[in-house]
Amino acid sequence: MSSEQDHLKETDTEKRFEFKKEESAAVTSGKGLTEEVVRMISDDKDEPEWMLERRLRSLKQYHEMPLPTDWPGQPDLTELDIEEIVPYIRPDVDKRSGADDWDDLPEDIQDTFEQLGIPEAERKALSGVGAQYESEVVYQNMQEQWEEKGVVFCNMDEAVREHPELVKEYFMTKCVPPSDNKFAALHGAVWSGGSFVYVPEDVTVEMPVQAYFRMNSEGMGQFEHTLIIAEEGSEVHYIEGCSAPKYGSHNLHSGGVEVFVGEDAHVQYSTVQNWSKNTYNLNTKRAICEKGGTMEWVSGSMGSKATMLYPSTILKGRGATDNHITIAFAGEGQDIDTGAKVYHNAPNTKSTIESKSIAKDGGRTNYRGLVHIADGAEGSSTSVECDALMFDNESTSDTMPYMEIQESKVDVAHEATVGKIGDEDVFYLQSRGLDDDDAKQMIVAGFIEPITEELPIEYAVELNRLIELEMEGSLG
Amino acid sequence: MATLELNNLHAEVAEEGVDEQILDGVDLEVKSGEIHALMGPNGSGKSTTAKVIAGHPAYEVTEGEVLLHLEDGDFGGAFEIPEDKRTWDLLDLEPNERAALGVFLGFQYPAEIEGVTMTNFLRTALNAKLEEREELFEDEDEHEEEEEEAGYDTSPMEGPADEGEVGVAEFQQILSEKMEQLDMDEKFAQRYLNAGFSGGEKKQNEVLQAAILEPEVAVLDEIDSGLDIDRLQDVSKGINALRDEQGTGILQITHYQRILDYVEPDHVHVMLDGKVAKSGGAELAEKLEDNGYDWVREEFYETA
Repeated sequence: MSSEQDHLKETDTEKRFEFKKEESAAVTSGKGLTEEVVRMISDDKDEPEWMLERRLRSLKQYHEMPLPTDWPGQPDLTELDIEEIVPYIRPDVDKRSGADDWDDLPEDIQDTFEQLGIPEAERKALSGVGAQYESEVVYQNMQEQWEEKGVVFCNMDEAVREHPELVKEYFMTKCVPPSDNKFAALHGAVWSGGSFVYVPEDVTVEMPVQAYFRMNSEGMGQFEHTLIIAEEGSEVHYIEGCSAPKYGSHNLHSGGVEVFVGEDAHVQYSTVQNWSKNTYNLNTKRAICEKGGTMEWVSGSMGSKATMLYPSTILKGRGATDNHITIAFAGEGQDIDTGAKVYHNAPNTKSTIESKSIAKDGGRTNYRGLVHIADGAEGSSTSVECDALMFDNESTSDTMPYMEIQESKVDVAHEATVGKIGDEDVFYLQSRGLDDDDAKQMIVAGFIEPITEELPIEYAVELNRLIELEMEGSLG
Repeated sequence: MATLELNNLHAEVAEEGVDEQILDGVDLEVKSGEIHALMGPNGSGKSTTAKVIAGHPAYEVTEGEVLLHLEDGDFGGAFEIPEDKRTWDLLDLEPNERAALGVFLGFQYPAEIEGVTMTNFLRTALNAKLEEREELFEDEDEHEEEEEEAGYDTSPMEGPADEGEVGVAEFQQILSEKMEQLDMDEKFAQRYLNAGFSGGEKKQNEVLQAAILEPEVAVLDEIDSGLDIDRLQDVSKGINALRDEQGTGILQITHYQRILDYVEPDHVHVMLDGKVAKSGGAELAEKLEDNGYDWVREEFYETA
């Protein structure tokens, strides 16, 4: 599309993206966003009428809403042409709701996920795993012990058929309605795949539930929808990993995540995203947290051309708690705009936001956050900490921590640091035997340690190695 | 037996527009197993000498050389040092390569690295040093082949591919032994590198690092500043152990006689205006303690 794109193709820091499979799709929607395309998607999925209606309503809203262009310092979206994006590709898999045995998958898809380490990860203490290839979940497996307790972990399309009452009530109604923003509306019209998690009252799912999303075709959009319902007193940890290979034209990832945290329930949502550098990553993630509940967002945002991602939590019930931990890495030509939003709508609610970002080779990271404490939410407290680390004078980092405090009896703390990687620190490590690259990698690994220690070990290792890959070749 | 040799070393601040000569012809020789004290007034070039030896990028060497002479067996009996690779001009090498050859700098103000545990850092450093050493001594051709093989072939989710020469369990053992010798609390192993350490703990940590990395020559820059008497004794014990157990040569920069009561120097040197103005035995340090530096200055400029 442009010369900048050609340049991106040549970066050698993306070795892991280089394997890409020939597309072998069963159904492809074609480019663009019309009523016909939306009807085709719904029809291909054999959806009930009510879901088609919701899609069409979203489409209407999408056309009526403007692209966000007036945010201060927001990423440039002018190169993103949604009419050029292919919103729906169904891979050629026999079983519609995905295989539950790894060996039933077509070889090329098996191979892709093998290379990403999915079966490996599954063997290591996971309650369940799902894998999405293009628009559809191709593999889903849940350990029996959890199924017996009434835990549901299936793909979103299956949930529409098998659990219509829950989906009707919770799907893009009270948490993320299509009217929320233009990309939420787009998502509502063309969503496909994603996970549905239901945890009954007082059930603790001890091991994490994992989903992996892979975009393999050029110029496509991935719009998976994840809906998590944790009933009173329950507990679950959901992890998602995302990646896409490199291609010449732009891809779009616009996922939607809705989490319902019941009274005294506890949900952790962890993401490690590693999109190729032609992907626009524009998501809407939100949780509603009832009395005494706890919501935790842990996100690692790597890759992509531009990311706009601000997971939000509405602390609706008294004593509800929110924790946000985010890390962002921007290299050459990348604009990573991430942050957090928390709405304190009840007394004695508590939030902590910890954000770390790294920018190098002219990359840009921005923390954009909002903490809203409503009138009457007395005894609430919030603590926001943003740290940015820069490699050079070409890279930039901004912090925009908006606070709207309408209640006086609250405790508000905010801290922000922006620093360049210290030459003396690098020299110290070098004098002990580490070369320049390793010294910088160690400093970065230490910088993000508070975040990696929250992640399960495989993901911590993954995140560290992704950062190593990002840093290789471009230093020195 | 290794020898660190500084010949006519001149250095200035490596910044454009700054034309300040800091080292003005330093000559010095430190052999394995010897303890040297480097003294002198503030601004005489002691710390700069230390940093230039280690390869600090803030200084530019304008004249002279820093040589390291090695002998076969210096890196243990199994490591063969060929004849044509026994003398190294350190000024041609990166700081980490100098470390790999056995040069250690104990910092006056050690860096604080958040999020990196002592254990992780020290094991990484030890393995990096051993690996770099292999590379420095292997034939050029072999090296090229290895470069070609380097690639990315496993998934990151399969865990770390290479543990390094010294594994986790083996390293834990080494670390606990050395920490016990220095009377350091075991908890240090899991703390972040120097982060929140007291001045004394940082200095103790510098000596611990030297004990683990087993250098041929250790340059210790004001290791005694900010130490209370108990810690001074621990640190001194550590320095003596470096010399007695590992045969490390020590170049100790200090302002005070105090530490020399515990770490007795074989040689004492006085720096003035970027040169070594006077050298002598342990008695020289005592004389300086009593009479200051003025007499050295007078004597030096009279004879010069």
